[in-house]
Amino acid sequence: MTTPLLAAFDTPDALVTALRRARADGHRAVDAFTPFPLEELAEAFDPAPRWIRPAMALAGFGAAAAMYALQWWSAVHDYPLNSGGRPLHSWQVFVLVPFEVGVLAAAIAGFTIFLVTCGLPRLHHPLFVMPQFERASQDRFLLLVAPKGDPEPLRRLLEEAGAGLVAETHP
Amino acid sequence: MSGQPHPLIDAERLGYGAISAAVADPVLRTGFGRAWVIALLCTLPLVVLTLGAIGAVLTVGIGLSGVNTTVVWGFSIANYVWWIGIGNAGTLISSMLLLTRQRWRASINRFAEAMTLFAAAIAGLFPIIHLGRPLYAYWLAPYPNTMDLWPQWRSALVWDFWAILSYLLFSALFWYTGLLPDLATMRDRARTRAGRVIYGALALGWRNSARHWRAYETYHLTMAALAVPLVCSVHSIVGLDFAASLMPGWQESIFPPYFVVGAMFSGFAMVVVLAILIRWGLNLQAMITPAHFDAMAKVMLFASIVMAFSYATEWFTAWYGGEHADRTVVGYFFTGDYAPLYGLLLFCNCLAPQALWWRRVRRNLWWLAGISVLINVGMWLERILIVWNTLSHGHAVTLWRTYHTSLYDLAILVGPLGLFAFLFLVLARLLPIVSMHEVRQLARDEGAA
Repeated sequence: MTTPLLAAFDTPDALVTALRRARADGHRAVDAFTPFPLEELAEAFDPAPRWIRPAMALAGFGAAAAMYALQWWSAVHDYPLNSGGRPLHSWQVFVLVPFEVGVLAAAIAGFTIFLVTCGLPRLHHPLFVMPQFERASQDRFLLLVAPKGDPEPLRRLLEEAGAGLVAETHP
Repeated sequence: MSGQPHPLIDAERLGYGAISAAVADPVLRTGFGRAWVIALLCTLPLVVLTLGAIGAVLTVGIGLSGVNTTVVWGFSIANYVWWIGIGNAGTLISSMLLLTRQRWRASINRFAEAMTLFAAAIAGLFPIIHLGRPLYAYWLAPYPNTMDLWPQWRSALVWDFWAILSYLLFSALFWYTGLLPDLATMRDRARTRAGRVIYGALALGWRNSARHWRAYETYHLTMAALAVPLVCSVHSIVGLDFAASLMPGWQESIFPPYFVVGAMFSGFAMVVVLAILIRWGLNLQAMITPAHFDAMAKVMLFASIVMAFSYATEWFTAWYGGEHADRTVVGYFFTGDYAPLYGLLLFCNCLAPQALWWRRVRRNLWWLAGISVLINVGMWLERILIVWNTLSHGHAVTLWRTYHTSLYDLAILVGPLGLFAFLFLVLARLLPIVSMHEVRQLARDEGAA
């Protein structure tokens, strides 16, 4: 079993070139770590986050419906109060609160699923001990590739593509 | 501006490392300069004043303010509307500009969002202060109780409760999500163990992985899409508080949209003032450029024109509607007890911002600061006059009274301004005030990295 190699590049373009070449040679790209999202990488690593938006929609509409039901039940059945001759079921104003609550519930659900999708919160990760890994949040573009068989050709490929540092990971 | 190599970045070359250093290092330094300490000390008395004023009303009651049997709303409600309006722009800058892919937002969205958070929190205090019996504020929430009571869902106060609560929590989540990648940068740059532990815990283990970024972008963009209707609804509800009543001058269907634009107007003016101060205080001239101010000034100019049309619509509908009380109130705007303030309002909100038609004014920070302060003053006057004019001159002539300001009113006007400045100064000391990862992306797009 070979361990993946972590290569550090100075520019996003160098990383993307290296990724393409490594893939063409049959190596398996595991992940990339960049100081900002790169559009070129959007489709490179699967799976895509699939649950965030549906979860937000479900939580949002669900909470809004529950809130509307609560208003209707409390105002029409549990505590009917004739306030200035207004109808007990004043739906025009009963949509205000469910809207606000629905948006809030969607936001909270989305945040939860976002964290779950990313495997967060996780305070430590084996990659954190890698040299220069802290630069991924500042100015370096890191690529994690698992070699096909012998790691040497991959190491050479990454260095030729402009990697300043190639390190073996020990997960 | 001549000599500026990129429209949105004022440096020949601004590497990714340089951006991180420029934003993160001032925060991580042990000292923060004398100016910051002096500013913080100046705001402290105002923080004490705010706490004192709130303490006073909790113990004595709202009789402390200048309200009387007719003008039952005063500074509290005007301040509430004004502060929630200030909070409006942060979310709009963040979300609307993100959705429309306006890249100039990158340097300013972070503190604009923080501004939203603080302003919405301060705004939330006023309805509670104003309740009269603030210890029963929790009655606004539906909870199982032995009295078998429910909140009155048709009450504007209940709408406000949910609007502010949702808005505050939503803004906090939106802001924190945007902050996550930058907290990781802070963790990685921190030199002390305490810094690494605290920023590390706050960053939740963010690793800048391509998968993280994808999930982040999906979530952040969806939040932005939700934020726009939310922020419009929050301010529409504030407008509806007035419009749902039967008082002359308030019964107008234009109120909700007019409140939303007014909020954008005052909020952008506040962002301009803060941006000028932050740019100067933290030496961020390379990232906050005249092009940013130019763009914000255009938004203010647009909002000013919409406001002028809204005022004109108000006068027109009062005249065209034919209702005597409405016409009398509009007449009272121009000739009544508060007429000088109304004149000042029109000058600040409609006339002064017209100077922004000139490019030279839009790019001159002194002019811009002056106009922005005027807009904020004008918008506060608008809020207070919406309350005073109508309540002082309602349907019943025997109930016509003018409002006389008390010292307590002035305390709850000035105090929270200091509290806001205090919170902002503390924030600038603890967290990166510019969204680093977005500026890095901007630097790449602009070809400056």
